[in-house]
Amino acid sequence: MSLLSLRDQLRSGSVTPSGLLDDLAGKIVSRDPEIGAYLSHDLAAAKAEAASVDLSLPLGGIPIAIKDNMNVLGQPCTCGSKFLSENYTSPYDATVIRKLRAAGAIPFGRLNMDEFAMGSATENSALQITRNPHDLDRIPGGSSGGSAAAVASGTAFAALGSDTGGSIRQPASHCGIVGLKPSYGRVSRFGLVAFASSLDQIGPMTQTVEDAALLLGAIAGYDPQDSTSLDRPVPDYLATLNDGVKGLKIGLPKEYFGDGIDPGVRELVMAAANKLAAAGAELVEISLPHTEYAVATYYVIAPAEASSNLSRFDGIRYGHRAANPADLLDLYRRSREEGFGPEVKRRIILGTYVLSSGYHDAYYTKAQKVRTLIRRDFETAFETVDAVLSPVAPSTARKLGESAHDPLREYLSDIFTLAANLAGNCAISVPCGKVGQLPVGVQILGPHFGEAKLLQIAKAVEG
Amino acid sequence: MSKPHIDVRYVANLARLELNEAEVAEFQGQLDAILGYVETISLLDVSGIEPTAYPSPVFDRMRDDEPHESLPLAAVLQNAPDQAQNQIRVPKVVADA
Repeated sequence: MSLLSLRDQLRSGSVTPSGLLDDLAGKIVSRDPEIGAYLSHDLAAAKAEAASVDLSLPLGGIPIAIKDNMNVLGQPCTCGSKFLSENYTSPYDATVIRKLRAAGAIPFGRLNMDEFAMGSATENSALQITRNPHDLDRIPGGSSGGSAAAVASGTAFAALGSDTGGSIRQPASHCGIVGLKPSYGRVSRFGLVAFASSLDQIGPMTQTVEDAALLLGAIAGYDPQDSTSLDRPVPDYLATLNDGVKGLKIGLPKEYFGDGIDPGVRELVMAAANKLAAAGAELVEISLPHTEYAVATYYVIAPAEASSNLSRFDGIRYGHRAANPADLLDLYRRSREEGFGPEVKRRIILGTYVLSSGYHDAYYTKAQKVRTLIRRDFETAFETVDAVLSPVAPSTARKLGESAHDPLREYLSDIFTLAANLAGNCAISVPCGKVGQLPVGVQILGPHFGEAKLLQIAKAVEG
Repeated sequence: MSKPHIDVRYVANLARLELNEAEVAEFQGQLDAILGYVETISLLDVSGIEPTAYPSPVFDRMRDDEPHESLPLAAVLQNAPDQAQNQIRVPKVVADA
């Protein structure tokens, strides 16, 4: 059920916030064991909050599930890692949680993810496997795989995810839901456990485009506690949602439609483009010439920032601490060895290497310069088109375990989503059909702070 | 150009990360393969291009320097693995005299 119709029902009194929570908790118990989307949920805390909720607020009484890397006061925040799963309780609310509450929403349930958001399948969670609700032998995508699987399986009405290189859009595509990565600076990351600070964004994962617009309106805005958030007005995203696409120019980058895309995915993405054309948009072939360098650039910059951000996990102030350390250095080294899983270790080592003396200029500075070229590709494109349309992922959800021991192969599948994070654009995944029983999403990318028009185009794709 | 190679154990030590033999062996091949792929950017001419650190047009902004309430002591200490006398306890860091 959509958030707006849920809101109507709550306001009319045909359902109560407490009753909704009971229903969801029942579904989590009956349906989630075979999916594995939830890491925890606290019904008592949510019901206490529901008792005094103001139903006249935009999200009054609506439960929203949260990826397990955002701090919610008094709740666990594992980041899918053993490092934080033993004894960490959030001492404060992330800004997005504070804003959700201010809009009347009730944060309820914590969703599985790749450890510290590093992965594209949720298989890097140290805590549990999450399965795709459309085929239980397949991945839900990642890193926000728990969020996507919960919304797709009906155990959540909507969820928050985070996206550093596609972690909202790719699982949304694989699970057949809507996933929006806002522009860099649109949503505060204060209280989000940092992975790569120049790339991370929080965004909505929902059943409909309208729900994404509603939820983005609630969480967007300037926050003095995140110096990268921008002080710009938050438009009413619902107001322009149905304005249509007549006269809009949609760019199809030729580099995003080359070899390596499954024919079934290509066909559905092109059908979505043609649907926009039929609704009055003009399709234009464009070029984003530095696309082929996006994966290499990303896998220098993201690990570099991760190695720096994750140095805070040292076993001193919170999280796992190794037993009986010989000295301080031994405590650091063994706490991190025991607390982190293999993908996190790989990225810490890679990031430390590209930042180390003698390699910094050849890798890190070079990647930052290529990042400028990728950013300029989009700036040039948005001089002539209103939005860019592409696949989200080259194929539908793969089987569980298929990319084990081959991280590079997994990285290469991120090709279509990484550039939006490198350039800071907004981007959305909207369901556009199925190959067999497996959903496919189409990606629409917009210019910096162009969410209103992006949602408007996404609505036209959704129909 | 020679094939890129990470000294996994050396770099892990820089990152204060203990690794066992099996991890060193597994990561070595994987990381060399990733670095080999990353080399594709070395082919690109970026002379005269400014690096991008943040994709935002605005950065380095400071908030007003006004005093505000901090987390209460109990909240700060609640997650500490070891504590004593309202402080976080760590192994001794100075040698005996």
